[in-house]
Amino acid sequence: MVRGFFYALNLMAAELNEKAQILDQAGIQRAVTRIAHEIVERNKGTSDLVLIGLRSRGVDLARRIAKELKIIDGADIPVGTLDVTLYRDDLGRVGVQPVVRKTEISFSINEKRVVLVDDVLYTGRTIRAALDSLIDLGRPRLIQLAVLVDRGHRELPIRADYVGKNVPTSRQEQVQVLLTEEDGVDGVLMVKG
Amino acid sequence: MGLTRKDLLRMQELTADEIRLILDTAESMKQVAGRDIKKVPALRGKTLINLFYEASTRTRMSFEIAGKWLSADVINVSTSSSSVAKGESLKDTGLTLQAMHPDIVVLRHPASGAAEFLAKQLAASVINAGDGAHEHPTQALLDLFTIREKKGRLEGLKAAIVGDIAHSRVARSNIHGMRKVGMEVRVAGPRTMLPCFIDRLGVEVFTDLERAIADVDIIMMLRLQIERQQAGLFPSLREYSRLFGLTLPRLKGAKSDVLIMHPGPINRGVEIAPEVADGPYSLILNQVENGVAVRMALLYLLAGAPQAG
Repeated sequence: MVRGFFYALNLMAAELNEKAQILDQAGIQRAVTRIAHEIVERNKGTSDLVLIGLRSRGVDLARRIAKELKIIDGADIPVGTLDVTLYRDDLGRVGVQPVVRKTEISFSINEKRVVLVDDVLYTGRTIRAALDSLIDLGRPRLIQLAVLVDRGHRELPIRADYVGKNVPTSRQEQVQVLLTEEDGVDGVLMVKG
Repeated sequence: MGLTRKDLLRMQELTADEIRLILDTAESMKQVAGRDIKKVPALRGKTLINLFYEASTRTRMSFEIAGKWLSADVINVSTSSSSVAKGESLKDTGLTLQAMHPDIVVLRHPASGAAEFLAKQLAASVINAGDGAHEHPTQALLDLFTIREKKGRLEGLKAAIVGDIAHSRVARSNIHGMRKVGMEVRVAGPRTMLPCFIDRLGVEVFTDLERAIADVDIIMMLRLQIERQQAGLFPSLREYSRLFGLTLPRLKGAKSDVLIMHPGPINRGVEIAPEVADGPYSLILNQVENGVAVRMALLYLLAGAPQAG
């Protein structure tokens, strides 16, 4: 019986090792709410503010932040979608080209305060591509960055202005963000590589 | 899911999934064309050579613009001002090109199979921009893109391709492409311009224009290739035009929302009446516009392909 208990404990530990939950649904909600408050505070309101989410979970997060901003400040903040595939620095280096999806920004970003939204900040290369892409679309007054999880290991001098949670990781680990809109459930998991 | 082939030589070899991937990618590319700054860095450092052995405005320009909007370096070689005028063979021109390490070569040539021949010589990707009477795959892809954009779907639609089917690489590529994505295809033209056994490609054959266009969703008129008409396939231009020209009165017998397409350049008043070509259901200029987006998609997708040898 004792052996059975330790066996079960081992299994649970293995399970935990493989997939540790960093944020649950309430945790994500709290992070989104806090980021929205910080955006209002830092920008002294929401005038000229636009949110641009990076495909695909960044877009869902941007919509959630916009919903919170509506509650806080009463304003409808436009949300756009950015696909940075054509700006990636690893095109043509891997075998098959990644799928290009649409960028949908139905408003001008000229002279706007743009908050870029993504799920995980890691090497910073995606954000570099997003910055180049945004600057081809217009000349914003400023660009800020909001991420749900910052896992470190930057390869470029880029940092986030708003962070849901800082998570120290090793490069072998993976951070998975699950959102109801895409995955049917909310949660942030760390997976051992 | 991606495109894993080195070359694009014919519609016949593409799968329905590959066609869909190209069309979906082209939709994203079309958005780039609508921007103030029409340039993305996706093909930075890649070299595209347009090698054209036949006259062309829209295809060559379209590839050139597509390459430039993707930041590739584009070089145009036309035969009248190159060593081809001194009698250099396609093989030697190919080897010369190879020595300059291009990434993609776009070839138009009067001989069927020329693109495949070149593709075997080169490590670079080769795109067939028309080889003799064989195929013109990028035209078929942009036609499918234009139809899907207007109708919202491809499957189940009915198209009539009208004109000189025997000499038309556009017809052959479109027949293969349309059949693969689940469209019904008819061909119509004078019997002298319908190749034997064309029905084996899975098309219905008509020799009467009015019957052919009666209940189709798309009418695709082919250019009468006057430069290829030495063989006396029809008595006179006027007779051809009377029997197979698309005119307003003839269109009354077609569906009210029928779409009119033509790969260009048009012979106004021969295969298509001016008021039809400039009319509300004419997609001729949409086809040209979409040609750039479709070619951007192809250049992008092929640039990731493994290079041979």
